[in-house]
Amino acid sequence: MKVRIGIGIIVFFSVIAIIGPWLNDLMGIGPWKIDYNAISEPPGAGHLLGTTSQGTDVLAQMIAGTRNSMVVGSVAGVIGVILAVVVGVTAGFFGGKVDAVLSFVTNMFLVLPVLPLTLIVAGYVQDTGPVTIALIIGLFGWAAGARTLRAQTLSLRGRDFVMAMRMIGESKPRMIFVEVLPHLAGWISAMFLHLVLGAVLAEAGLAFLGVSSADTISWGTVIDQARQVALLNGMWWWFVPPGLCIALLGTATGLVNFGIDEVMNPRLRTADIKAMRKALA
Amino acid sequence: MPEETPVLAAEDVTKHFDTGRQTVRALENVTLRLYRGRIAALVGESGSGKTTLARLLAQFYPVTSGEIRLRGEVVSGPDKDFYGEVQLVFQDPFASLNSLRKVEHNVRRALKLHGHPADDAAVHELLAKVNLTPAADFARKLPHELSGGQRQRVAIARALAVRPSVLLGDEPISMLDVSIRLDVLNLLARLREEEGLALLYITHDIASARYLSDDIYVMYAGQMVEGGPAESVIQEPKHPYTQLLLDSSPDPERAGGSSAFTATAKLGEPPSLVDPPPGCRFHPRCPFAKEQCKTSFPPRTEFADGSWTNCWLHNES
Repeated sequence: MKVRIGIGIIVFFSVIAIIGPWLNDLMGIGPWKIDYNAISEPPGAGHLLGTTSQGTDVLAQMIAGTRNSMVVGSVAGVIGVILAVVVGVTAGFFGGKVDAVLSFVTNMFLVLPVLPLTLIVAGYVQDTGPVTIALIIGLFGWAAGARTLRAQTLSLRGRDFVMAMRMIGESKPRMIFVEVLPHLAGWISAMFLHLVLGAVLAEAGLAFLGVSSADTISWGTVIDQARQVALLNGMWWWFVPPGLCIALLGTATGLVNFGIDEVMNPRLRTADIKAMRKALA
Repeated sequence: MPEETPVLAAEDVTKHFDTGRQTVRALENVTLRLYRGRIAALVGESGSGKTTLARLLAQFYPVTSGEIRLRGEVVSGPDKDFYGEVQLVFQDPFASLNSLRKVEHNVRRALKLHGHPADDAAVHELLAKVNLTPAADFARKLPHELSGGQRQRVAIARALAVRPSVLLGDEPISMLDVSIRLDVLNLLARLREEEGLALLYITHDIASARYLSDDIYVMYAGQMVEGGPAESVIQEPKHPYTQLLLDSSPDPERAGGSSAFTATAKLGEPPSLVDPPPGCRFHPRCPFAKEQCKTSFPPRTEFADGSWTNCWLHNES
């Protein structure tokens, strides 16, 4: 159930991200359309979530922003997790010189101050769209995860069941993918959750510092604009929706994580109540 | 001892673990031979090198000196052919099975990797062989749905799936409930009869060694101190350490106690393997220790009943 709610929320945001522009057209609203008759208006019939101090529709901005935020989050999350798994698991499983080299690289990335570095890189790259920012966050945010996975793999590698599979002649790739990686699923999904949220927030932070192209709308930029005006004027309808969306996405990834935990630890698998009743009857 | 080529043998094996600052002298010049259709028990207290010897026999790590021989031929390193002949059953059945994989996964992979038919029937046959019946039900279970004894049977079935000729049991029953230990011991005994396996049974429980095994080897602090046919070692222990081991297992007929050890208040502790005592490593705890024991390790003394010991008490020449 928890998992279904989590997946439901993620699917909902993904659908909005995909059909966002058409949805806005369909409702006759747009993120840049200024309604001079409704400036700073609370939610009502004309504008379902109210308007900003510039007279743009908050709902339209939210819908348009979903796509960019989701792109930033998922791209950064996927890149970061792939790098962390490849580097961390390889280092932990093979050990020795491979481990020494990969650990050195990991430590180097670990001590890099990500935000200032992101600023510098973003400054060099022309037209920093959401994908660029996601790439930067993903490429510089994997090190901590890689260290965790390395340590976990190192501990798994020496466990009896891995030794036993080695003894019956299991190949190394199968040992990694079939015996070791499934035990890391919980860690990996938690890492993904962390990276997605981190990326969405970092993108918002960068937007605040001016590192984002002016025509990009995301949940972060909406909050950022609201921060300058809305709080002073009590315009809660401006900053609550994007904040809620970020929180909802975080909750959803958390819920999905519970599910992955259950797969990873069979003891947590909730019994099928119906089947149990049938068996007892 | 039969005069045939041992299936698996450790010949004069020494193992030192180098930890950088210090060297742990885990095994010194140990010889152990396993024969087809015979069970050899290896007894000794914790830290005496039993597991190290088993892991050397299973080629988990290389020997420092000496040789591991499979059917008389020196083994150069672990490979698939070697593990097709030699399998090890771990002490802890709760750690030796992947908690995410069903019982059948373990057995099926072992069958597949060694080119044996791996259909349901073959898997079920193996599970039935280790008394996991109904096999079809057990095949679909996850490890956490099984008891310790059942898990250990799965581990044994997995080892048997490669059709080995040697099975090394590293304290296979020490983590099991007392009530199911006998089942697993009887299973091992049956496998020796039916499959003609050569078995190494490591334990610190000398009573179970007597029950199960044909030969008993006694280790102390990395040295092999006594060995021979099981009854001979139990009934007429030659080495003082074997006597100590026997005295420390409870025996209602011996109430009151009158051995050399019950009289000694301080029995001491096993020595550090980083800086072991010279000569016979048992001498600081031995009530019969002589000057000779402190300087050199005694040569082997053979007896008429096939047993032998390394002890100066039996080497009066």
